[in-house]
Amino acid sequence: MGKPHSEVSGAKIMTRIKSFLNSDFVYRFRKDKVAVVSLGIVLVLVLSAVLAPLISPFDPYDLKSIDIMDSEIPPVWDENDGDERFLLGTDPQGRDMLSTILYGMRISLMIGFFAVLLQGILGVTIGLLSGYLGGKIDAFFMRLADIQLSFSTLMVAIITLAIFQAAFGAELYSKLAIFMLILVIGIAEWPQYARTVRASVLAEKHKEYVDAARVIGMSPARIMFRHIFPNTLSPILVISTIQVANAIISEAALSFLGLGMPVNQPSLGSLISSGFEYIFSGSWWITVIPSFFLVLLILSINLLGDWLRDALNPKLYKD
Amino acid sequence: MALLEVKDLEVEFPLGRITLQAIRKVSFSLEKGERLGIVGESGAGKSVAAFSILNLLSRPGRISGGEILFEGDDISKFDDRQMRSIRGNRISMIFQDPMMTLNPVLTVATQMIECLKAHRKISKKEAWDISVSKLKEVMIPSPEERMESYPHELSGGMRQRVVIAMALLTDPEIIIADEPTTALDVTIQAEIMVLMLDLCKSNNVGLILITHDLAVVSQVTERIMVMYAGRVVEEGGTKEVITNPKHPYTRGLLKALPQENTAGSRLNQIRGTMPSLNALPKGCAFNPRCDFATKECHQVVPKLEGRDGHNTACIHLEKIPSFKSELGNQ
Amino acid sequence: MQATLVMFVISLIGFSIQDNLGDPLRELVGQSVSEKERDALRDRMGLNDPFLVQYGRFLSNAVQGDLGNSYFFKKPALEVIARKFPATLELVIGATFIIIFSSVPLGIYSAIKPNSWLTRFILGISIVGISVPVFLTAIFSIYIFSVELGWMPSFGRGETTAPFGWDSGFFNGDGLLHLILPSLSLASIMMPLFIRLIRSEMMEILQMDYIRFAWAKGLYPKRIWFLHAFKNTLLPVITVGGVQVGTMLAYTILTESVFQWPGMGFLFLEAVNRVDTPLIIAYIIVVGLIFVVTNTVVDLLYTWVNPTVKLVGQKS
Repeated sequence: MGKPHSEVSGAKIMTRIKSFLNSDFVYRFRKDKVAVVSLGIVLVLVLSAVLAPLISPFDPYDLKSIDIMDSEIPPVWDENDGDERFLLGTDPQGRDMLSTILYGMRISLMIGFFAVLLQGILGVTIGLLSGYLGGKIDAFFMRLADIQLSFSTLMVAIITLAIFQAAFGAELYSKLAIFMLILVIGIAEWPQYARTVRASVLAEKHKEYVDAARVIGMSPARIMFRHIFPNTLSPILVISTIQVANAIISEAALSFLGLGMPVNQPSLGSLISSGFEYIFSGSWWITVIPSFFLVLLILSINLLGDWLRDALNPKLYKD
Repeated sequence: MALLEVKDLEVEFPLGRITLQAIRKVSFSLEKGERLGIVGESGAGKSVAAFSILNLLSRPGRISGGEILFEGDDISKFDDRQMRSIRGNRISMIFQDPMMTLNPVLTVATQMIECLKAHRKISKKEAWDISVSKLKEVMIPSPEERMESYPHELSGGMRQRVVIAMALLTDPEIIIADEPTTALDVTIQAEIMVLMLDLCKSNNVGLILITHDLAVVSQVTERIMVMYAGRVVEEGGTKEVITNPKHPYTRGLLKALPQENTAGSRLNQIRGTMPSLNALPKGCAFNPRCDFATKECHQVVPKLEGRDGHNTACIHLEKIPSFKSELGNQ
Repeated sequence: MQATLVMFVISLIGFSIQDNLGDPLRELVGQSVSEKERDALRDRMGLNDPFLVQYGRFLSNAVQGDLGNSYFFKKPALEVIARKFPATLELVIGATFIIIFSSVPLGIYSAIKPNSWLTRFILGISIVGISVPVFLTAIFSIYIFSVELGWMPSFGRGETTAPFGWDSGFFNGDGLLHLILPSLSLASIMMPLFIRLIRSEMMEILQMDYIRFAWAKGLYPKRIWFLHAFKNTLLPVITVGGVQVGTMLAYTILTESVFQWPGMGFLFLEAVNRVDTPLIIAYIIVVGLIFVVTNTVVDLLYTWVNPTVKLVGQKS
């Protein structure tokens, strides 16, 4: 997955790709329609979110392009009031729903991705250290993981963010929201990774190749990252997939409560939150369409994660 | 008519694209009160044969051919309800590892009484009394107290005694014991084996003992059946087979026993390992490990033949020297 | 031991919030008082005391149930929370009932019949259930059942009666009707999780030797599934269940905010918006207590189901 070394020739990469495409893993994937469709949807959604500034018809952050006269226009397929400028209609401020959703998804995905990256870095490092060094360090981190896991992530996130919001004031908070969300969701879930990585390290630690590496004088850090870490990749991949979905859900929930992204820079969660009163007055699209995209995104990622878990069948740490 | 008669039993495990044949054309019978030993290395199919009698094969295993006649009825065709009236009632089982056989969250009493109540219309009090008397039979001290115990409060030997008591609860005609002492401490193994032998004799219960241990079989059983890679390779009276083994595989097993060698000398092991079921050699499955194998052995699957109930599946019987002379040569 | 540690950390957090958020003086005297008078007042109130003294005072007050007055309600914060507690409890109880009575049978069914079409359906629905955030379930259930179909009340707690000296919606039709949608929404997110958990654990248990032995004993399938296998399945389910109580509490905040359910979660959100510090602290401490209590209950339950763990000489 990572960047190929520069000295690896193009031909070598090609054969590698070819052998990957011919592998059993890919064969099984192609036979599973649900998995293929899920991956397709995830790719399309991620791509359009990344390219949002290029492909969205309007810039929802540009106040000049917004006309309050365009507010609450239903989607195009509504024959009476639809406006062909706004494919998915507009929100109460006259913003184009399609553009807002694309930008919102960009934020949701970004928070999900970076939060999981943070979890992964923390968890993998702690897991490697705990498993490799053992002893008191191991006992300390695993105890910490126990305690942290016994609390609910969402509860901790809600309370932490509520306190920060009260402390900073809403205005300053809304500027920091994106970092706060990544930080809080990222820090809360490291034990998942740490426990799994630790378990794999313990399993790998006494294998011959690790002994051999030690004998030829490799440093512990090098042994861990070059030799033990690659063996933990498949459980990490499975966890990460599910965790991205969880992080996006958590972010949406926090934003829905008004503890996440502000209205002028909305994620999918805050879009739903600000639109949900309008569902009762008939402007259903303001809530329903972002909800649809949110569920579609999470569902596809979850289905993909489920498939990966079945296919790779890694030994995940269980409580 | 024999009490139990297994005819041409075939068991297979369909695993996606391939189907493994675990048991091929195995036949044997058991008279009332008779004790039969089924011997072989792990993977020979002896446990599968035992479990298939009660139709307890683990998924996706299934009986694909043959008959299992119990008192003349083919129980392999029984439905679940009919089978339930046999299991634990007329034929009961003893499993290998007593640590794993008893449910960890239920008391001994619960696990004994439920078995009686599943098969007889009796009160809880009566079931309790019968259970206690069976615990006494297997020499468990203060059985009333043990009834209230959970499995983890008992030692391994004690647990296997409880399992044996459970197998005897309903006074079955046959007990199938799958390596009943393998998981126990060596010191307790003989004790448990002697106990089982005594109980089978005194209750006139038939026993099918599955084991890889020829020494145990020779002490306990009257007849013996040696299996290799899903087939029977030799069968006969225990004494006859042990003293005059004909099949090279049986000989190999006997020569590997420590007491056949003088102290300090090397153990004679059969070279090689049992082939896996998806890669069986053509012809006689034992041919890659056999000292007497010829070209013919790679082509013909030998029939089980012989006289006076001592049958062997080998085409080179006349070529092979007698067991005693072979031992003498060493 | 762990419980004390957790409560200690929570009290520290609570105290530092009090210390940094909002000036108690302002609440008491307003802006008109001069700087000198303020300082004198500060001294008298002990606000210039060293940290440890102040924290000790906070702790001893907290232990006596005094967490200060809510700025908004002008009443003791704990009392305000306590009054909202039954509403949240009812929601949690309602959801727990739904979760237990749906996920247990569905989980068991999908474990013992892994290849049936109904199992595939259950698993398909459950992955959708996991993927729909709880607030969306809440919003759309209101939209469908209250707005479109008009079968259910859309918000609030409805009529409450107090036959046992506790103001509750359990004992009359209106109260129960109001409870249905919120509990269903709250349950909707946990149900799939438990179905999948029960299924995977039970499938593992069903492979165990003692289950095969139970079959060999000729027991009825129902006894094997529901006693022999399920009792063992319960152990991991209880452990996870304990953790999920905390998550459920977090979800009550979401559910209550959509349904405007007058419980603790809704109160907490209002308190955050009003920067009602004593109320925020009180909520955090109550939530901490609930965590500690549920963990203890879970430990007890676990011991009760699992005979190999003895309460005497307990670890940690």
